[in-house]
Amino acid sequence: MMLETSYYLVLAALIFTVGATGVLLRRNALIIFMCIEMMLNSVNLTLIALARQWGDLEGQIFVFMIMAVAAAEVAVGLAILIANVRHRKSINIDEINLLKW
Amino acid sequence: MDTALLFDNAVVLLPELVLAVGVLVLMMVDITRRGQNGSQLLANMSVVILLLGIGASVMIWSRAPVEYLDGAVSDGFAVSVRLVVLIAGVLGVFLSRNRFPAIERQGGAFYSLHLLAIIGMMLMGTATNLIVLFIALEIFSLALYILSGFYRESPRSIEAAMKYFLLGAFASTFFVYGSALLYGAGGSAHYARIHETLATGGGNPSLVWPGVALLLVGFGFKVSLVPFHMWTPDVYQGAPTPVTAFMSVGTKAAAFAGFFRVMMTALPSYHDQWAMPLAILAVITMTVGNLTALRQSSVKRMLAYSGIAHAGNILIALVAGTVSASAAAAFYLFAYAFMNIGAFAVIIALEKHTGNDNDVEQGRLAGVAERFPALAAAMAIFMLSLSGIPPLAGFFGKFLVFRAAVEEGWAWLVVFGVLNSAISAYYYLRVVVAMYFQQPEEVGDEKDPLDIPVSRSSLFVVTVSAVAVVVIGLQPGLWADLLRGLGQ
Repeated sequence: MMLETSYYLVLAALIFTVGATGVLLRRNALIIFMCIEMMLNSVNLTLIALARQWGDLEGQIFVFMIMAVAAAEVAVGLAILIANVRHRKSINIDEINLLKW
Repeated sequence: MDTALLFDNAVVLLPELVLAVGVLVLMMVDITRRGQNGSQLLANMSVVILLLGIGASVMIWSRAPVEYLDGAVSDGFAVSVRLVVLIAGVLGVFLSRNRFPAIERQGGAFYSLHLLAIIGMMLMGTATNLIVLFIALEIFSLALYILSGFYRESPRSIEAAMKYFLLGAFASTFFVYGSALLYGAGGSAHYARIHETLATGGGNPSLVWPGVALLLVGFGFKVSLVPFHMWTPDVYQGAPTPVTAFMSVGTKAAAFAGFFRVMMTALPSYHDQWAMPLAILAVITMTVGNLTALRQSSVKRMLAYSGIAHAGNILIALVAGTVSASAAAAFYLFAYAFMNIGAFAVIIALEKHTGNDNDVEQGRLAGVAERFPALAAAMAIFMLSLSGIPPLAGFFGKFLVFRAAVEEGWAWLVVFGVLNSAISAYYYLRVVVAMYFQQPEEVGDEKDPLDIPVSRSSLFVVTVSAVAVVVIGLQPGLWADLLRGLGQ
């Protein structure tokens, strides 16, 4: 039995929403970062489901690209986080307030 | 796949290839001179690489548009955007040559990231495929996250990088989710095939709307449309000024180029539906940008909000959605590159004299005209051009965009645009008034302002930009012919 694509899409949308909510509500930069990763993975799920529906490989290639980019993003993001901790000894984003939001 | 296919039409990506090879050479050179301080050599190399890139773009300028492997195209729009980005890049390198300690210490990292960002931006304009578009977007975004935090000793710079990164990564997820849904709607990542599938009634049309909405969030963040603009002033203020100058123009050009191509080649059949929301967004963006700019005391923040307002203006061209409108947007970006980078160059020249390392307060502009008549005159030209006063370059940018919109029946939108230009004139002219007509307050601890001469490379950027703004303004037809739109 093959599940309908819409189930996957709804599940992915739910995961995406959870991630987005986390980004907006959490104050710890690392956890925000993890939420962003979760959102990216929900996109991967969407792409896989849609690629299966279309019987097309392009969507799966897209997923690999997203994974590669996510890895690069982690490298850059953690470096910036560490540089920030050196100045502030904290990863709470409420304390990032030198520049007016 | 046939390997011959790989080289067929590869000339489309010649400028990107030139820069990519250049970056590798630059990194090698940096390794061989490890331990040495100073990065003037690397800066000069970057200029040469970028000039070669411009040469490569000129070489493919007059070729008929061809597509490379379903992923990149070399039409007039791509080449025009490429030119804008390369010019912004060259001017940005010259601004970075001012012996800033952090850049002198890590020149290899700085200039290779600078060039990588330019590669990403150029790819944005040529991409005809959602996957290529996403990768291009991330190439330049990742480079810019690092560049904006390049003053590692400055908490403000790091804070700017942190904000830019967190919000940027957040926005990219929306962008890529939107791309995924568009892929699902059209069954392909290739714009023309998405259009084909949807226009013939196939695909999943129900995914188009959420897809476009999510893409809009991603692009809205990159070009800083209200309400996705909150990062812009903070990042512009905290980032090193040469980086701010470069990215204010580069990201705008690149993201708008990508935005135009997606909307106009993948979704032209939905134009009636997406035009109105974008028009409303343009009005909000212009108004909020201009009204907030009125209240800024930092010149960099003021320019950030003015950049938001300009994004609103360029969005009007997208609302019109014609080929001539995209050509008008290319012209607008071309003019914006010179006037905006020129203004930032003046800020860099004045930074050291106004007691702040990385910014200039508006109050400190008083009496600048007496001490630096040439800089003040150039700044006046840039401000007048940014506010759209004829016969300077900025005026014709606005004129072409507004004309394209009126031709498509968006007269009411143009009325908002013109009213907003009037508001913007107030804060641009305030800078001019401060420089020429206000007396500086006596500050006890002020060093003798004439100690430090303005560096040659800043002066070079200011001169080139000022001349370009005037020349483009005097001969707009010439440049408008040169800069072409989608598919031309």
